[in-house]
Amino acid sequence: MISVRNVTKSFGGKNVLNGLNLEIPRGETIVVMGRSGSGKSVLLKIITGLMSADSGEIWFDGTEISRLGTREVNIIRRNIGMLFQSAALFDSMTVAENIAFMLDQHTDLSKSDIRKIVDEKLSLVDLSGVQELRPAELSGGMRKRVGLARALAFNPEVILYDEPTTGLDPVTCTEINQLINDLHAKLNVTSVVVTHDMHSAFSVATRMAMIHEGKQIAYGTPDEIINNENPVLQQFILFGAPDQILNMENPILKRYLGR
Amino acid sequence: MDQQSTLHESRGGVYYSIKSRLHRVLSEIGQAFTLFFQTLFQIFRPPFQFNLLIKQLLLIGFNSLAVVIVSGFFTGMVLGVQGYIQLKPYAVEGSVARFVCVSVVKELGPMITAFVLAGRIGASITAELSTMKVTEQIDALEVMGTNPVKYLVVPRFLACSIMLPTLTIFSTFAGIAGGFVAVVTLFDVNGYFFLSEVQKNLFVGSVLISLIKATSFGMAIAAVGCYKGFSISSAGGAEGVGIATTGSAVISLIAILVLDFVLNHVLFNILGLV
Repeated sequence: MISVRNVTKSFGGKNVLNGLNLEIPRGETIVVMGRSGSGKSVLLKIITGLMSADSGEIWFDGTEISRLGTREVNIIRRNIGMLFQSAALFDSMTVAENIAFMLDQHTDLSKSDIRKIVDEKLSLVDLSGVQELRPAELSGGMRKRVGLARALAFNPEVILYDEPTTGLDPVTCTEINQLINDLHAKLNVTSVVVTHDMHSAFSVATRMAMIHEGKQIAYGTPDEIINNENPVLQQFILFGAPDQILNMENPILKRYLGR
Repeated sequence: MDQQSTLHESRGGVYYSIKSRLHRVLSEIGQAFTLFFQTLFQIFRPPFQFNLLIKQLLLIGFNSLAVVIVSGFFTGMVLGVQGYIQLKPYAVEGSVARFVCVSVVKELGPMITAFVLAGRIGASITAELSTMKVTEQIDALEVMGTNPVKYLVVPRFLACSIMLPTLTIFSTFAGIAGGFVAVVTLFDVNGYFFLSEVQKNLFVGSVLISLIKATSFGMAIAAVGCYKGFSISSAGGAEGVGIATTGSAVISLIAILVLDFVLNHVLFNILGLV
């Protein structure tokens, strides 16, 4: 569905993405892992057109989007919802106004229809009775849920999650992971989750990709990733993966203990 | 030899520092003008969101009215007192009304209003937009297919361009009233005489000059405020917001003074308006 081909991006002479390739098939939840500063968030910004790549191509459903004009990109963006790391809710608006924003800007729906959609999206993320609250009155987890409801407002085919569990307590992290899985099951959306939280990664992924030094160094199902012998990946998983994955029979742990 | 090479190095360092600073300043001016022209382009591009404009008109205009009137009134009082004291030794204190009227209408009315709004509105526009940038709200707008220049800059730019001349009318009246109150109550100047002198010296051309200046100042305040708000890096944080806000107020004030000089030269010297 989305294909990232040989993308490069540098900032001030430092290569952040260095010929990155990534395939995101329809209906999958792809987790993109990597250390801080490895270019995961930059990748999301390039996919959404917030940033342009220095070279390379981004294909969305058979269309190469990195060279399109603003109007065409905006049409494609309507198929993409994004949950920002900080949720990025408009703090001058209420929760309902935040969720209704895109519908208000790009459709001729009546106020009552928009209100129905807002209520429906809020119930999808297990929130209710918060329509008239301001973002400042919400907890971190609630803000993420509202951000997700806003991302879902236009029924996107793809949802991009930028560090969805960063800054949340373990219980809320688990709830957010569950929510990502529920949305995937209910809506059959394609999801791209950028994270370095291994608990979250193994909870939601149907496929995983590891970025290191601006390139993809591993790609596969969670089982394939666990069995991958790349030392950078092994180290990343070893220090971050949940206990149920790293049991005594796990090949990475065996190799590590053997050394 | 060592001293000479150190001197060369330090000269090279100074040259490099000046060159890079000049490069940065020119690049910022270029970006500011790009944003300005994007704004002009977006003003005439549908959809037109009048609700956003009305919100900004109220925020900028109505909320600034009291402070503009008070500033204008006291500026007029100071002008009246100083004018009378300076003119009296030459026995032309009767010209104080003309002095107050011409100064307030052509120069101080638009200038005081612009200064008040640069501090009050320009800085608040920068603080709001830079906070939105840092918290990824502007990125969120773009991802949702909304042009941030159209949605955020255009209403603020139009509101400043409309409200600056409107508020200038109020501050000008307040200034003349301040001069009247000061001169009539503190010195033995006849109130009727003062008002008739004001009437004689208040020309349509002068009012037009005042409004042209005010509109230009409004555009400058909005352009600087929005540019400084947008130019902050996403990683700038609270410190970046503070620096951008201070920078916005300072640059706006300098821009108003420079623009005032240029407009005075163009309107009075080149076009010959009175």
